[in-house]
Amino acid sequence: MSEYVVELKNATKRFPGVVALKGMNLAVKPGEILGLIGENGAGKSTLIKVLTGVHQADEGQIFVDGVEQHFRDPNDSAAAGIACVYQELNIEKLLSITDNIFINKWIKGPGGLLDYPTMHKKAKEVMLSLGQDVDPTKPAGNFGMGVQQMIEIAKAVLINAKMIIMDEPTSSLGEKEVEQLMKTCRELRDRGIGIVFVSHKLEELFELCDRVTVIRDGEYIWTKNVSDTNNDDLIAGMVGRTLENQFPKEFGTKGECFLKAEHLEEGGVLYDVSFEAYGGQILGFAGLVGAGRTETMRAIFGADPIDGGKVYVHGKEVKIKTPSDAIKAGIAFLTEDRKGQGLVLAQTIRTNLILANMKGFSKGLFLDEKKILESGEGHIASLRIKTPSIDEIVGQLSGGNQQKVVIGKWVNTDADIFIFDEPTRGIDVGAKVEVYNVMNELVKQGKCVIMISSEMPEILGMSDRVIVMRGGKVMADVDRDSKHFNQEDLMKAAWGGTLDD
Amino acid sequence: MTKTKKKGNFNQLGVLIALILLCVVLSVVTGGRFLRLNNLMNVLDQTAFNAMLAIGMLLCLITAGIDLSVGANAVFCACIGGMLVLRDVDNSFIILIAILVCGTLIGLINGLLLTRLHLPHPFVSTLGMKNFLWGMALLVTGSSMVSGFPDGVMWLGSKSVAGVKFSFILVIILYIIMHILLTRTSLGRSIFCVGGNPEAARLSGIHSDNVLTFCYTVSGFCAALAGIITIGRTSICNGTDAVQPYDTDAIAACIIGGASFMGGKGTMLGTLLGALIIGTLRNGFTLLAASSAIQNIVLGLVIIVAVFIDVTRERMEAKARRLAAK
Repeated sequence: MSEYVVELKNATKRFPGVVALKGMNLAVKPGEILGLIGENGAGKSTLIKVLTGVHQADEGQIFVDGVEQHFRDPNDSAAAGIACVYQELNIEKLLSITDNIFINKWIKGPGGLLDYPTMHKKAKEVMLSLGQDVDPTKPAGNFGMGVQQMIEIAKAVLINAKMIIMDEPTSSLGEKEVEQLMKTCRELRDRGIGIVFVSHKLEELFELCDRVTVIRDGEYIWTKNVSDTNNDDLIAGMVGRTLENQFPKEFGTKGECFLKAEHLEEGGVLYDVSFEAYGGQILGFAGLVGAGRTETMRAIFGADPIDGGKVYVHGKEVKIKTPSDAIKAGIAFLTEDRKGQGLVLAQTIRTNLILANMKGFSKGLFLDEKKILESGEGHIASLRIKTPSIDEIVGQLSGGNQQKVVIGKWVNTDADIFIFDEPTRGIDVGAKVEVYNVMNELVKQGKCVIMISSEMPEILGMSDRVIVMRGGKVMADVDRDSKHFNQEDLMKAAWGGTLDD
Repeated sequence: MTKTKKKGNFNQLGVLIALILLCVVLSVVTGGRFLRLNNLMNVLDQTAFNAMLAIGMLLCLITAGIDLSVGANAVFCACIGGMLVLRDVDNSFIILIAILVCGTLIGLINGLLLTRLHLPHPFVSTLGMKNFLWGMALLVTGSSMVSGFPDGVMWLGSKSVAGVKFSFILVIILYIIMHILLTRTSLGRSIFCVGGNPEAARLSGIHSDNVLTFCYTVSGFCAALAGIITIGRTSICNGTDAVQPYDTDAIAACIIGGASFMGGKGTMLGTLLGALIIGTLRNGFTLLAASSAIQNIVLGLVIIVAVFIDVTRERMEAKARRLAAK
């Protein structure tokens, strides 16, 4: 009997023109949580897909409980006891929780008809065991991301998985849901299940994992006990060098009030939201998921109708009814959902870069292809977008490069108020720094940057001033020089506490 | 220079080859009758009506929508002309304007149903519109065939220069204009982007709703022109034609030419080639005196094969993308 429940040895996977995995190793003990980190493009996705049988490795072996296995498809892998909770959940939102859990594993009664009473009972039990007291007859889409994720985990539990892979499970969860997820992970570990926990958030790895494996450029770098490593060590392993500063903050000169929102109201969403944002500064928006930060920005940008309130740009009141009005007023808005709201994935980089300013790239009736090409090549170089050509389909780029295309799109509008909503979500460490540098550059040009972020270190690292929201209300307005400019106080405000002066 | 461009050319090359092969086969089996000049002109004449409808259909398909009312709209427009003739209007100009206004208005309504009333996929609303127009076409003409259109109305569909019908010349002109619109203007680029991701386009300041409404309005306008062409070709209008499968012919032309039901794709050149393939097939049936049963069977199969090619192409591209992904 092997020490490991699942062991991958010397796996190599080639795709046309690229070697995605080179001699990759991964070993998971029963009853442990193994962190797996690497930059985007390091091969995490391919590694997961090899383990779950979606891809077949060209070389290398997979052992489950010491027995070599060959996975031809995901069914083989599931039969061997490997389950995966993908970042993009496979939930049928209109079907009930029970249907989702028992999809393709239906329990049938006499006569071959589905035995719903038994399935509901079992679904209720397994969800309870994961700390979720929910009605399994309700459609899965009625519940939040946290519960939907638990449904995926319930599926894994139900097939008696020996190992569960969680691919960035916390990226779409709120603080409380993350806590519940971690609790569940520990309970699963205590039941003897091996867990592979993929995350971009180092503090989560330190809090949750027993060991951590670092990969880079498709290669295995090292595995250490969490107690034997630290932040810098992990980052050094991931990027192959030490990143001196995760947040290369540079300061601009505080200018005039560029954007002022007064008494914004949106029924059930925003309550009397007022704030001011200045040129030459980054204004951070902190708060829990669902605090109304994105909604505030969508209201200002004209993406959603509001019930009341005024918006001033450069001291003048502006009536913004549509995003087009906002862009004319000089506002740019990088949405948090770059695939759903920021990009036309099936179109080229060339087209996406001019999406928000086609008029500016037209000569008379026609598009000025020469100008589009020159400016596009310029953005590819200055933003360091990794692509074979300007005519590459955006859907084929990695997350970080997609984000840079969105940034390029907005830089092209000549806006002077830039709203960045979770600009570094789901992109790797190196690309994050490049996004921060773009913000620095904008601020130094005297422009106004507003950054929504759910990552406290990022808020503290990059903001000149921070506004904390909770439940659609502004809770606090904290300057970088203030004594409250620290994680504890900002979290206190985000959780509804008051800051005394 | 680019992968996508090469692929686009390759697709159209494939359609062109299919068209040439079809012509060669027809030339052989008809003993050369197919290749006679006046028959070739016949093909162009027969193609004009469908190619006209396919313009609007392509715009709607690029936005990931569909306009199932184009055929019924064309017939309805012709019947509006017929109604005026029945009321003793003999001014060609008034009749033509009435037809164009009606068709365009119907297209505009289709667009507004989608964008302002937020009806779901236009499949449903334009299907409803098709039935509505069928009934209206019968109503305005009292369910009878109408003839006796003035020459000015007949001109487009019946007169020719150097053997080529004016209707086909108009089709070529419109295809060139639409090609330039789709490839060289911001409106054209917006149409593709709205098809790919309407929300991203909206949040980028593009008025997605207006772009969509424009596409359906153009579709209605083209249907009206097709209605005028059919009056000239047949010298009558007949409300019962509204149930003919004109819509599916237009869809087939677009899909054969490289458009996709998923939206975001399609070219005018490809669509023209697609329309020519269908026109050639129909012409071949006539030359071979194929029964209408055989005609329907073959055309049905061609449409199924075209859709099959479409989904296979999607799947192959998705696979290539997966393989290219790191």
